Amino acid sequence: MSKIICSAAIRGAHKIVDMAEAAYEEALKKFGPEHEVSFPNTAYYLPIIYSMLGAKVQKLGDMKDIFTECRTLLPAIVSDNIWLPYLAPALDAGMATYFAEEMYEAIRYLNAPNFYTKTEDPMPENLWLGAADDVIFRKRGVEFVDGTAPGFAAIVGSPEDKVVASKIAIELQEKNLYIFMHDHSNGKNMAELLVENGVQVGWNTRLVPFGKSYTSVVFAIGFACRVALAFGGVKPGDYRANLIYNKNRTFAFVMAFGPVSDEWYANAAGAINWGFPTISDYDIPQVLPTGICTYEHVVSNVPHDEIVQKAIEVRGLKVSVNKIDIPMSFGPAFEGERIRKDDLYMECGGGRTTGVEVLISKEMDEVEDGKIILEGPDISDIQQGQNLPIAILVEVAGREMQSDFEPILERQFHHLINYVQGIMHIGQRNIMWIRIGKGAVEKGFSFKHIGKVLHGKLHQEFGAILDKVQVKIYTVQDKVEEVMNLAKQVYTERDLRLGSMTDETEEVFYSCTLCQSFAPSHVCVITPERIGMCGAYNWLDGKASFQINPTGPNQPIPKGECTDPDNGYFSGINEFVNQASRGAVTEVSCYSLMNNPMTACGCFEAIAAMLPQCNGIMVVNRDYMGMTPSGMKFTTLAGMAGGGMQTPGFMGVSKHFMTSKKLFKAEGGLKRMVWMPKMMKEEISDKLKAACADIGMPELYDMIATEEQGTSEAEILAFMKEKGHPALEMEAAMG
Amino acid sequence: MAKPSRIASSNEITASSTRELLNQDLAKKVRTAYTRIEERGMAACLFGSQGTCCKNCNMGPCQIIDGVESMVGICGATADTVAARNFARIVAAGTSAHTDHAREMVRGFIATAKGETPHEIKDVAKLHKMAKLFGIATEGRDKNEIALELGQRALAEFGQQDNTPLTMLKRAPQKQQKIWKEKGVEPRGVDREVVEMMHRTHMGVDQEYHNIMRQATRCSLADGWGASMLSTELTDIMFGTPVPKRATIDLGVLREDMVNVTVHGHEPLLAESLCLAAEDEEMLALAKKAGAKGINLAGVCCTGNEILMRRGIPVAGSFIQQEMVLATGAVEAMVVDVQCVMQSVAQVVKDKHTDIITTNYRAMMPDAVHIQFDEHDSYASAKKILTHAIANFKKRGAYYIPKDKKFDVVVGFSHETINYMLGGRFRQSYRPLNDNIINGRIRGVAAIVGCEHYKHADNVHEIIAKALIKNNVLVLATGCAAQALGRVGLMRPEAATEFAGDSLREVCETVGMPPVLHVGSCVDNSRLLIALTEMVHEGGLGNDIAELPAVGTAPVWMSEKAVAIGQYFVASGAHVIFQNLPISGAKKFSEYILKGLKEEYGACWGVAQEPLDIAKAMIAAIEEKREALGINKKKERVLMDMAMRREIEAGKGIGGMGCGGGKH
Repeated sequence: MSKIICSAAIRGAHKIVDMAEAAYEEALKKFGPEHEVSFPNTAYYLPIIYSMLGAKVQKLGDMKDIFTECRTLLPAIVSDNIWLPYLAPALDAGMATYFAEEMYEAIRYLNAPNFYTKTEDPMPENLWLGAADDVIFRKRGVEFVDGTAPGFAAIVGSPEDKVVASKIAIELQEKNLYIFMHDHSNGKNMAELLVENGVQVGWNTRLVPFGKSYTSVVFAIGFACRVALAFGGVKPGDYRANLIYNKNRTFAFVMAFGPVSDEWYANAAGAINWGFPTISDYDIPQVLPTGICTYEHVVSNVPHDEIVQKAIEVRGLKVSVNKIDIPMSFGPAFEGERIRKDDLYMECGGGRTTGVEVLISKEMDEVEDGKIILEGPDISDIQQGQNLPIAILVEVAGREMQSDFEPILERQFHHLINYVQGIMHIGQRNIMWIRIGKGAVEKGFSFKHIGKVLHGKLHQEFGAILDKVQVKIYTVQDKVEEVMNLAKQVYTERDLRLGSMTDETEEVFYSCTLCQSFAPSHVCVITPERIGMCGAYNWLDGKASFQINPTGPNQPIPKGECTDPDNGYFSGINEFVNQASRGAVTEVSCYSLMNNPMTACGCFEAIAAMLPQCNGIMVVNRDYMGMTPSGMKFTTLAGMAGGGMQTPGFMGVSKHFMTSKKLFKAEGGLKRMVWMPKMMKEEISDKLKAACADIGMPELYDMIATEEQGTSEAEILAFMKEKGHPALEMEAAMG
Repeated sequence: MAKPSRIASSNEITASSTRELLNQDLAKKVRTAYTRIEERGMAACLFGSQGTCCKNCNMGPCQIIDGVESMVGICGATADTVAARNFARIVAAGTSAHTDHAREMVRGFIATAKGETPHEIKDVAKLHKMAKLFGIATEGRDKNEIALELGQRALAEFGQQDNTPLTMLKRAPQKQQKIWKEKGVEPRGVDREVVEMMHRTHMGVDQEYHNIMRQATRCSLADGWGASMLSTELTDIMFGTPVPKRATIDLGVLREDMVNVTVHGHEPLLAESLCLAAEDEEMLALAKKAGAKGINLAGVCCTGNEILMRRGIPVAGSFIQQEMVLATGAVEAMVVDVQCVMQSVAQVVKDKHTDIITTNYRAMMPDAVHIQFDEHDSYASAKKILTHAIANFKKRGAYYIPKDKKFDVVVGFSHETINYMLGGRFRQSYRPLNDNIINGRIRGVAAIVGCEHYKHADNVHEIIAKALIKNNVLVLATGCAAQALGRVGLMRPEAATEFAGDSLREVCETVGMPPVLHVGSCVDNSRLLIALTEMVHEGGLGNDIAELPAVGTAPVWMSEKAVAIGQYFVASGAHVIFQNLPISGAKKFSEYILKGLKEEYGACWGVAQEPLDIAKAMIAAIEEKREALGINKKKERVLMDMAMRREIEAGKGIGGMGCGGGKH
């Protein structure tokens, strides 16, 4: 019964708070109260404490108040008889546990800066990654937002056997979940067992080794807290909103293997506050009545072959897995998997051989649905290391199909092929590159499986617009060349058509509320010349998505009358946004940073910010971790631009928008651009150079500073003066 | 006439403590209520018990027989009019008791805010909550300043003369408020409703029973959502909102080696002062000097409940045990204030060293010692009373304490405790309760409240409660009913395993709570109103209290207060079942009370005599509500995909629970 659990959790919480406080006292002696403490590169301080209490732990001395809070929360040990109600005290004890563990881990970062790798993937000598920094968090958070990842399994301990561990991992991956791994059972930890069994771990395969002690569970819970803060518009300190948000939207649970210690119980009790139940393979008591979690709170004694199924049932998660009949595992969790040199069997395209992929629409009678042909040698016909040219030609037909949708469908190839375990796809069009891993070959991979995947998934996802799909795959040079010529012609036509599409030529824009499961108050407006700030959805995507699902997240907005072409005010857009935000946002400009800028959910690729001294605008992408001339890092800026609020001077943008003719039109356009990180500038250099040339200032490209010129406004201003940057001559951007 | 009941005709004593004591020679000499019933040799008057004796004017008294034309009142009043007037006067008397009690508490509260008592404003969170309700500013103000304004506003509600509805009504579910408004029964000034009730039942005023009941309803609401609620909340602010505590109950709590002082009655102001004074060095020294190890305070009746809930002070006995407590010969003083104190107590102690100390100018009795309690000098009053009691210790003669006759109890289940215990500080809500009612683990909620008396066996509450929890109904108890249940061990958490049905047991074990929750004294039935309201607000169980699978009973009711309580529950939408009501002599009026009220308020009264029949009727009422809500159908587990998660309404929190408060 739950008395045993609650009693143990409360005991465990006492031990953990004692331990953390001892570590704190020691650190205080060593470093002093003014010493800075933080998790690496994050704007969320110690995220659980920040979310629940609104307290920013920045210096060691700040922990004192939090320990006082822990002591207030810690209840008395449960008595053997005539006990007082223990559930609520146990939940409070669980919360105190997390506060204490977060401080304990923060102190660990002080004492042993390299205890964790602080990377996305494990290092050869260290498996344990530690807390996700904001770059990883935002990148992965988007997957929680768009539904590619419904939640996570916080694993403590490990099954004994590496094969069983791998099987459970793959089952969880197939459910699209993230797998956060902590602690060990009888000396064995799951991450090590997986590596031993040749399974790739790291953020890219969603198998995340957080830490080798139970205290690292706070990295998983802290991740959930940040999702609510960053995407849910939940304010720090609004603990109830944060917890309920996670209960309703983040489908996470704790999966415990082996004997359960008091400390584990304390962590499990803590997780229940977030609505995350615990599923255990061990013979411990169960807590079945519902209420705080959606369904049961603790379910135990579950055999290993049922544990994943049981876990998602207890959490109340429905995973729509549409099985593709291929011998390899398949799903979003395998998308980020890499095929390294040692794993490589063979490869196609990518400069090694000719490679091309293209999708075209045809008449209904020209396509035979389900037909998959392979012309040329298959994997079984070649030796390891023998590369082949490849052409993937997909022909589709459908009553609702339009040629405008071709590039959208074609763009799916990348992730769909990547979903296959053991296959890696890079690039697109005629710069595509496929690497086939030994693991896939062992399981019986054939090129025809790519056809099966594309046929099956295109039907599933785009069934509303296409009726027939056939796939032709060629691995002989002459046929590949033939497809290449066809493809080049198609690409040219396509680019021309897209290039000619402007905000003026189209009467209808699209809304995007794809993020609304996670960011309830925000609505994106996508125009032909302004792609969604996440960088993933352009105007055509909106159009296709509406066609596929007329009541879905993308709705047409008749743009109405353009009342101000410079700011980009449209009567129809204002009306829509006003209504969709329930009056919170009454006016939105499509082209301005300073006047009623568009709101953001939090999953933007980059942020634009006004630099008043420079009279110009800087843009920083989310992968850039350094300081910017605004005096803030990306993570801090994200706090200003996100959350569905309009903050003049701060706005989420996509990288693609940087080269749009409508960029900052109200502020004078591209000429206002004064700074961006080098990595971003290089990434978009071709298009950016072209855009500079377009406005008749090819020299502007070199006037845009990067961190090499400086990360303070003074430095940038000096550089601008030296180069004669046009922004200096423009009217003041800030009235 | 209903068939005579085995239990109803028997006043068997089952409590082992009482039995053991009454078998002692020293107790055999005592005349108790049991003896008096036997010796009276006269049955209760039929007209009186059926509600048709009218003595409201001097033309009568008139005994009315319904349907017999010659047997209407001399003034022509029919049985329905007379029964309704009598019923309404019971409600008015009950309300007046709670009102006077509440007024004293509010006055004490004001004195405390002014710093004139040894008490202080303890629950600041509740103070702010109440201040908000009354529209009183809190920002940057001292707690005593806020409390003073709150106290004055509360006091004004008693004498309010305009037609503004009482403030606390706003706490009720919207639908309930709408009904009250439509029916014109929103109470105005608390005192005014009692006065108007008395006026309207005076000879020759209101002679239409529906109309009489409208005022009775308004009067009862002035009790439940007015006086009683003000008393509970302000008492909580002053003495602390109850939290779970361990304590003991029954005669065995008296101590051989200590000065036993029992407090009996209702108002906790005096009792709280005694609690403070009992720890005073001077008092303890005095007790030692008298040869005692200390001062043992113990409660009787609802004063007992008040200090039990807030301080874990033991309870020596309930209403029917008040004479037994004294019969032990081990009590140095019984300190009494108002309500439910039998005049016999002064007679029981006549040849003993025990003093009955009356403390309230309203309530005196022959052969008692009167020491007036002065709320402005309450500590001195308390010390004076204790000094008197200590002086008696040396005079203690033969005594008998049934030492092993006491049960452990866990108490303190205020509405706030229930809210907290279901989710902890961060997730507190009624959600788990509603959830487990919806999924059927808990079939519903039953309140067992009210008094006890000597016409029935002393185990009526126990039989009902055991049947309810066996059938997975969670029981909330107040008043002497709660003590009766504590005395038989149902308020130990272990009772869930021993007595509850499987699924209720499972929930109790999850939370760590007993299957029967002690919610407080009889004035604290207002806590139940708030708990029911929270269940409505939490969602999933309908839009008003009438839709909830909840039902109440005050089976062995004795005091008029019980009828006032019953009426405000009915008017709030909660079905209530009593063992008998003085209405059966008036056919149409009975029918209105037992059925007709339901059409107006969504709930009515019910009558069942046998305890098991009461339990069955309660379970049936709960099941009927469950059916109506459609929660009895087996539901498949809902698994959510992304699309369903998108549909979760943006930012929808849980109402009324401080959701999104943002401060810890």
